[in-house]
Amino acid sequence: MELACSVNGREVVRDLAPQELLLDFLRDSLGLTGAKRSCDVQVCGACTVLVDGLPVSACCYLAADAHRKNVTTIEGLAERPEFARLEDAFTRHAALQCGFCTPGMLLTVHALLEQGELGGEEEIKHALAGNLCRCTGYRGILEAVAELAA
Amino acid sequence: MTTTVPETRSHVGRSHPRRDAREKLRGEAEFVGDLLVPRMLHGKVLRSPVAHGRIASIDTAAAERVPGVVCVLTGADLHDLDPYYGHAIKDRPILAIDKVRFHGEQVAAVAAETVAAAVAAVELIEVEYEELPVVANVADATASGATLVTERESKPGLFHGLGEIPPRDGNVCYRYRIDRGELESVFARADIVVEGEYTFPSVYQYAMETHTVVAQVEGDQISLWATCQHPFLVRAEIADLFRVPVANVRIQVPYLGGGFGSKSYTKMEPLTVALARKAGRPVRIQNRVGESMVTTRRHNMTCRMRTAATADGRLLARDVECLFDTGAYADNGPRVVATAGDAAPGPYRWAAYRVDAACVYTNLAPAGSYRAFGATHLQWIGESQVDEVARRAGLDPLDVRRENLCTPGEEVRAGGKPLDADLVGDVEKVAAGVGWAEPKEPYVGRGVSVGLLAAGAHPVSSAICRLEADGRVVVLVSTTEMGQGPRTAFAQIAAEEIGVDPDQVTVRGADTRFSPYDRSTGASRSTTIAGLAVQRAAADIRAQLESIAGTSDIGPDDHLGLMRRHFGFAGGELIGRGEVAPVGTGSYAEGPVFWEVCVGAAEVEVDPDTGVVKVRRTATAADVGRAINPQLVERQDEGATLQGIGNALFEEMVYEDGLLLNDTLLDYRVPSFEDLPGEMTCVIVENEDGPGPYGAKGCGEGALAAVPAAIVNALADAGVPMTELPLTPERVWRRIQELKKEGTWQQ
Repeated sequence: MELACSVNGREVVRDLAPQELLLDFLRDSLGLTGAKRSCDVQVCGACTVLVDGLPVSACCYLAADAHRKNVTTIEGLAERPEFARLEDAFTRHAALQCGFCTPGMLLTVHALLEQGELGGEEEIKHALAGNLCRCTGYRGILEAVAELAA
Repeated sequence: MTTTVPETRSHVGRSHPRRDAREKLRGEAEFVGDLLVPRMLHGKVLRSPVAHGRIASIDTAAAERVPGVVCVLTGADLHDLDPYYGHAIKDRPILAIDKVRFHGEQVAAVAAETVAAAVAAVELIEVEYEELPVVANVADATASGATLVTERESKPGLFHGLGEIPPRDGNVCYRYRIDRGELESVFARADIVVEGEYTFPSVYQYAMETHTVVAQVEGDQISLWATCQHPFLVRAEIADLFRVPVANVRIQVPYLGGGFGSKSYTKMEPLTVALARKAGRPVRIQNRVGESMVTTRRHNMTCRMRTAATADGRLLARDVECLFDTGAYADNGPRVVATAGDAAPGPYRWAAYRVDAACVYTNLAPAGSYRAFGATHLQWIGESQVDEVARRAGLDPLDVRRENLCTPGEEVRAGGKPLDADLVGDVEKVAAGVGWAEPKEPYVGRGVSVGLLAAGAHPVSSAICRLEADGRVVVLVSTTEMGQGPRTAFAQIAAEEIGVDPDQVTVRGADTRFSPYDRSTGASRSTTIAGLAVQRAAADIRAQLESIAGTSDIGPDDHLGLMRRHFGFAGGELIGRGEVAPVGTGSYAEGPVFWEVCVGAAEVEVDPDTGVVKVRRTATAADVGRAINPQLVERQDEGATLQGIGNALFEEMVYEDGLLLNDTLLDYRVPSFEDLPGEMTCVIVENEDGPGPYGAKGCGEGALAAVPAAIVNALADAGVPMTELPLTPERVWRRIQELKKEGTWQQ
């Protein structure tokens, strides 16, 4: 089948199998490897990308379902001017270690900030519970996001 | 000529931003799974559905006919090799030969043009198993007449580092014993004897990036891109297995998506090489989470411990017996058991102690390294007994520790390194961090815990610094960057010594063809040992600059001027070399390189109606000698704290008759944002008493041993003493019902 969508603001038209996952499409067909494969069951958030501005787990999302939609990966977010403050806050608070969860974490944080849905610490913890990080202990991320949401 | 000394400690001791932040935040950092090697195939592994069985037949014909399949590998393809490996004991075949010994063991592998073709082909491989009796736990394994998991003789591996590996005794592959003083007579005169039986679960490290390897075999040249914490040890094992010179094996290690011990020593590399060898093309194997869980895991364990003390709380003696379940193959089990044995007595002044720790084969997945191994297993048990002594003596647990803890310079283990840390100072700091003296609400408890972890592994590392003609510095050192931040710390160390800005320093990872030897990344050793090699290499550059300056009128800080003077043009480079080798023999008996401090405190709240335990506050001591980068030290302790909360409260691989029941993250839960304690304090202690650069010593593991122990003690303080981890609501609730029945529920 044919998939026509926008990825990071660029129009993409490709033939693909109906069962192809968005994560494989992005990584293997487009070479956008910022989205990572880890749990495969929509628990860890490492594969998070935005579809029409909302976070989805690309490991459990059919590429075909992105037809005529806008997909944003970390590579696209990093090109936008608003990325600078995310990058600055995460760097200053050392809100990353191995970096494997980081792209997915940033896309989730970005989407929540856009929607104005992040308030106090408890709200941030709840909102980010779908993005696991095994390295940092979450404290640095919480500090960075709390600063961004303030 | 003027000699200027670089400004004292201008880069060390500062929280310089991570050097890798930009590429990681932008998704540009490359991990093994992101690499494309020309003509690369995709490998998939057929794994055993049974825990113990004889392989009666394997039929690969249908699999080989799947379009896109290049080859199918089985044990029969390995007849030209001695296909057994293992750095401690060579007991593990590259693929199951004749028998499978655990649920998930590798039976066959497919290489195909696409992942989909490889998956389809794996499903078409027909294997008949004749099931054998399953050795499901250490009790079964050590019973008389137990089924043997392996019949092979124990052949020592290349890097066991434990003196002699004795012959296998039934299913026991290694034993670590310590016997000091007149144990029974000391117990006989004790006023207080605390004793109990304890169990620790099997735990999954969950590095978010699963084990991933790309292998390429061209004649007698083998190239690997691998998720490797110990590339040089893997290189030696691959060279040994495939009978090529060590230098013909090239291993490149990009960024790792977490390690925590799960990527230490040799894991998926031999199978990937064997598959690539048969395919004649490069092959990538990328585990799924369920596959990584059975590639290596943390040992489950049973333990009997008793502790003797006087009526006024003086600790006298300790007796420990523990059985570690290393699964079907030893992996790092012998070292885990030795380290556990060292941790078992706890850092107290004992009149006598005895430790008998055994490493036992069963039909579970192989168990190996996971952050703070050994110490995490034993500290919660020993420290809960110290707290029970305090309760019976009517003393504050903190006072019992003040009275009994070893002090700097005292013996920790006979023949080993004396204590190199101020434990009393450390435990007082963490107790204050959770409000030790503050009044407590009902169902709230506080606990502290103190322990030591033999750290540093074998102290061999080298580093090379290159001062380039543009004034920038490249550090070649083979430490793996897996999140802990060595590339940033090393940049700071090199900058400090040479007199440049850390942003002028680039630190690369391992490429065994070009980067110098490093024993391993693990055992909290990198800042201490590889960092010392970097410091020496950088100091070598500084010495060369001063020597060149000595013959000219150019100052030693004018690097470009000196280089131009020395080489006579705008090229050339200065090369500095740094080496760390053992003082003495470097043997385990003489070690460790340093004692990593495992000191923490916790405040918990238990819901008596549901058994849910909530961690409200934690505090850990990062007793690092000298913090090269304080912010990275804090992040290490915080990460270990969360893993400690997971290990204590809910992480457990659930086995039934040798079958793993929870092999996805849907039912194996790891800590999320919502498990973050309300307060998490990391106290950095800098006494400059470490053997590393500027008096540094490693950190990052101790908190994982300390936090579960502090949580167990806090829960007992809240009224619920527990002897089994994890502290699931069901277990805690049942314990509360027992206490109510006994009439000892105190709330």
